[in-house]
Amino acid sequence: MIEQLFTKAVLVGILSSGIRLATPYLYASMGETFSQRSGVLNLGVEGQMLLGAFAAFYISFTTGNLWLGMLAAIITGLLMGLAMAFISINLQAVQGISGIGFYLFGLGMSDLLFQKLLGTVETVSGFRPVYIPWLSDIPIIGEIFFNQNILVYGAYFLVFAAWFVLNKTTLGLKIKAVGESPQAADSLGVSVSKVRYFAVAFGGIMSGIAGASLSIALLNVFQQNMTSGLGFIAIALVYFGGWRPLAVMGGALLFSMVNSLQLWVQVLNIPIPSDFAVMMPYVLTILALIVSVQRVRPPSALTKPFERGH
Amino acid sequence: MKKLRKTLIMLLLVALLVAACGGEEAEIVVEEAEVVVEEAEVVEEAEVVEPAEPFLVAVVMPSAITDLAFSQSMYDALIAIQEERGADNFEIVYSESMFVVDDAAAAIRDYASQGYDLVIAHGSQYGSSLQEIAPDFLETSFAWGTTVDTFGMPNVFAYEAKSEEGGYVNGVMAAMLSKSGVIGVVGPIETGDAKLYVDGFAVGVAATNADAKVNTNWIGSFSDVALASEAAQTHIGAGADVLTGTAQMVVGAIGVAEENDALWFGTQSSQTSLASSIVVANQVYHWEVVLKQMIELIEGGTYGGQYYEITLVNGGLEVEFNADYALPDDVKAAAEAAIDGIVDGSVTIFP
Repeated sequence: MIEQLFTKAVLVGILSSGIRLATPYLYASMGETFSQRSGVLNLGVEGQMLLGAFAAFYISFTTGNLWLGMLAAIITGLLMGLAMAFISINLQAVQGISGIGFYLFGLGMSDLLFQKLLGTVETVSGFRPVYIPWLSDIPIIGEIFFNQNILVYGAYFLVFAAWFVLNKTTLGLKIKAVGESPQAADSLGVSVSKVRYFAVAFGGIMSGIAGASLSIALLNVFQQNMTSGLGFIAIALVYFGGWRPLAVMGGALLFSMVNSLQLWVQVLNIPIPSDFAVMMPYVLTILALIVSVQRVRPPSALTKPFERGH
Repeated sequence: MKKLRKTLIMLLLVALLVAACGGEEAEIVVEEAEVVVEEAEVVEEAEVVEPAEPFLVAVVMPSAITDLAFSQSMYDALIAIQEERGADNFEIVYSESMFVVDDAAAAIRDYASQGYDLVIAHGSQYGSSLQEIAPDFLETSFAWGTTVDTFGMPNVFAYEAKSEEGGYVNGVMAAMLSKSGVIGVVGPIETGDAKLYVDGFAVGVAATNADAKVNTNWIGSFSDVALASEAAQTHIGAGADVLTGTAQMVVGAIGVAEENDALWFGTQSSQTSLASSIVVANQVYHWEVVLKQMIELIEGGTYGGQYYEITLVNGGLEVEFNADYALPDDVKAAAEAAIDGIVDGSVTIFP
């Protein structure tokens, strides 16, 4: 039974579906990494994703143009991000609570808009897998990695871009500085609120794209609450990866691969009760989290509003 | 520092839990539940021959009335009755997206106290709430499903769908249409009418082609569209060319079936509109069949105590063929033979 898992077709299936499943997590968790690195905990990711997913779907559905849909998701995410930034930076609200508020707002609003503007589940023809000359033809590797749609490629590109920005640029240095020691950054002439605004708005945009990756690239439908807790897992992955983009990607891939593994375990009739199978990714992630959280330290100013002279 | 870390770990565990519980938890405050009074008081003072009071129905359901599945099946049934009796004589009020049982319980109690003739708790999860509420309103009739249990109360009706029947018929067709001999099933949680449907489907396949393989995936959620989609992808990867599934998250799976030219069989409501080129047939629930019987009893002064089921025999279940799909004659004949067999009792699905 178990040996069936190790055939070529199954392994290719597990890996390529793991790569796809990880896509929305990557967008959302990269955005959240930036936000948290700058000191702002955004718990509203799920709500931002839902609104992004709806905006992308609705605009693509009505105009027939997927890129306009993407733009709509970006704008929606940006607005949600700016609102979150305003509340947590200017108004200095308790971030955990306001984030939950944003989640509930996104959940309710996307459902309301869905019912008023669409009324029923519709489909769009979303982004198709992109053939990359040479790479897509490589046996096995090509099937797994290079037979995906553009938003899947974009997610992995984003991880490396995020790593580069955080570690190799002045902007990254500023973001980390305001997240670790806003007073020190401020005394060196860095505008704490500007940097945080940027990071939180960027997080919003990424959440919007994460939603779009579901509604117009991977699933091509919109349904109420279609993210189904995905945004919260993305936040967990940021902790899991210790606020480092590459490690966050590792966590996203681990979670997604185990999830696609459990789907195969059931399909191959390996005698594990389905209830245990669906638990696997969560249990494993919690265990890995408990182990990994011991060795990393969150940004010192995380969740702490900054006030000059305090 | 240590304290912050502890708090963070706690928070994360909670977040994971919220996520793991899928839709249930996530719906916390969707008070979307817009209470819409259908066609409320169309004032027509003209010759009212019978000044009879309109029959008032309220229904509380867990997902949207447009979910192409469980909730929609009930909403469509009520609309069908309303069309028959006229909007003046039959008023419907509904609360949808009531994932949170506490909210649903509050809504059920509200409706009961407002004097509705029939309050429908459409979801087996509402049972324990109903058990508390029903005794306080003995003049109000309640219906809940899908279940077989009326709690022995005189004002509670119970209803159930024998979804294994349509499942069996779909299975017969699936076995004949599959060229690869591999058929994939995307299920939510192994319980209720979802389990009945999937089990009946597997029996139908086995009875038609003993060599065909039915692979079943329970994804552990009614709302995780992404995982349902990936489950369908897994079935395709395992060689399936015919798929089926139940509950509202299957919209993700239908898209995958369409992309891969695999056939789809639906249940609960018609899913043809999502992918008319690949949907072969749907088992459609017609709750109006049993609702009418309940209403008749209520109007006669009996408020409950009965258990109803919708079946192929009483017309509460219907296998609806998609007219846009060119179903081979022999397959259709086999499906019809299966329906006849279930109706006349010569086919037993679960011995």
